[in-house]
Amino acid sequence: MSVPLLEVAGLTRRFGGLVAVDDMSLSLQAGEIMGLLGPNGSGKSTVLNLISGALRPDRGSVRLNGQEIGRAAPHRIARLGVARTFQLVRVLPSLNCRENVLAGLAFGRDALWGQAAHLRADALLARVGLAGRAATAMGELTYIDQKRLELARALALDPRLLLLDEWLAGLNPTELQEGIALVRSLRGEGMTILLVEHVMDAIRSLCDRCVVMNAGRKIAEGAPNAVLADTEVIRAYLGDDDA
Amino acid sequence: MKPPLLIAASAIAVALLASVPLYANGYQLSLAITLLNYIVLATAWTLFSGPTRYVSLATVAFFGIGAYTAAVLAERMAWPWILLIALAVGIAVALIVGLSTLRLSGVYFVIFSFGLAELIRQIVTWYEVNVTRTLGRYIFVGIDPADIYWQLLALAVLVFAAGVLIRRSRLGLALRVIGDDETVARHIGINTTIAKVALFALSAAFMTLCGAVMAPRWTYIDPAIAFNPVVSFQVLIMALLGGVHRLYGPLFGVVPLVLLFEFLLARFPNHFSIVVGLAFMLIVYAIPQGIVGLAERLLRRKGEAA
Repeated sequence: MSVPLLEVAGLTRRFGGLVAVDDMSLSLQAGEIMGLLGPNGSGKSTVLNLISGALRPDRGSVRLNGQEIGRAAPHRIARLGVARTFQLVRVLPSLNCRENVLAGLAFGRDALWGQAAHLRADALLARVGLAGRAATAMGELTYIDQKRLELARALALDPRLLLLDEWLAGLNPTELQEGIALVRSLRGEGMTILLVEHVMDAIRSLCDRCVVMNAGRKIAEGAPNAVLADTEVIRAYLGDDDA
Repeated sequence: MKPPLLIAASAIAVALLASVPLYANGYQLSLAITLLNYIVLATAWTLFSGPTRYVSLATVAFFGIGAYTAAVLAERMAWPWILLIALAVGIAVALIVGLSTLRLSGVYFVIFSFGLAELIRQIVTWYEVNVTRTLGRYIFVGIDPADIYWQLLALAVLVFAAGVLIRRSRLGLALRVIGDDETVARHIGINTTIAKVALFALSAAFMTLCGAVMAPRWTYIDPAIAFNPVVSFQVLIMALLGGVHRLYGPLFGVVPLVLLFEFLLARFPNHFSIVVGLAFMLIVYAIPQGIVGLAERLLRRKGEAA
């Protein structure tokens, strides 16, 4: 196999006495979509924060295309091609839709500015289903539209690796189908995605492979259906009685 | 207005303002100097604090550095050299302070910036008392009020030009993103430290030059005059009254408040601080978006009703 796009090895992060992420390892090939699952508090978001540079690992390494990024500043990691969304959606409230996407375009690895950036921003807005909303203010966006916008801003970085932190959470059934279709269309473009998700429909229909975490450790890895049937995984989610 | 029209209108306005010393009497010119002084300071303050929302009370630290540098160097070299050296000192201090403190956020930065001005004042006082053994300096240079006025006007033009250029640049967008959400800023590739320190230093550069230009007006200065913390608060309140989300916002705060302060100092000097305090509270509670923000909201509402 070629060099993985993302290779995480022995990743460990403590908060005081709590080991939030304990000796985690995973690897993604280019073009792959991996789901990161686990009960609440199992350390999934911490893993994303460690990969994107929001947190620094105590031990272990994160390699992007073979290059160590585990201790780099978040803006450097972003410029190397790692884009992310946030568990609680974070749009930029004083900017309109186009400016939100321009912000993603202006500082990335192939930074764009000026007229070209405007065109690209409008194309990205159309890409996520916000065509014609360039001048809309954040206060007028619905929750799903804010999520779409956040995705457009992440895509503006032209990422090699996209980290989605519960991007599908909190959507109603119709929106969920739209959201899944949108992520699936990214897969069609060859995007590599690591997504933290609780929505099982989405995991089954989107992910090539899944990694399941519990209490900071990896407890299972494999194809979605196999992993979700794993005794250890069921025990982690539901307790001993149901395993 | 279209850009060429706006530039033409600005040029005419600057030309008209430049002719003020030709016909103004002493009092009017003095008032015009005070106005320009605060326009430069409040706009320079807004360059950094407007988009990033880092509230700085260090204005007078840089203003005082400029004034003191001018006082120390007066009569020793030509005026342009004095301005250049003051500028260099101001930027150097801003870079050191910026790199060490802009990791602080919210109220911690406010308190630190206030402490910085006091710290510099104490250091200068200590130096003057223990090393030069004179607290207070006289400034005798051949610069009359009209020269001060024209220099301040030039500074005002520069600070506005810098503001317009930054607002249109990537750096301007970076600062607005930082003001909105610093975490997002870092994760879309913005080196937030460099962006903040660069703007903090630029803003400080204008404040320092302003202090240097104003120094000859006093004839006598000591640390308590040059580093008077009231200046920092007045600049803050003027910027907030006008509105900090537009470059020209502070103008609308400086003019009414300078006139108000002038009136108060002349008629009710003993109640000055009380009224300033009340004005501060009133502005923050009643018009948090400033006059410009309020006007824009009213105009929008009118537009929607029509």
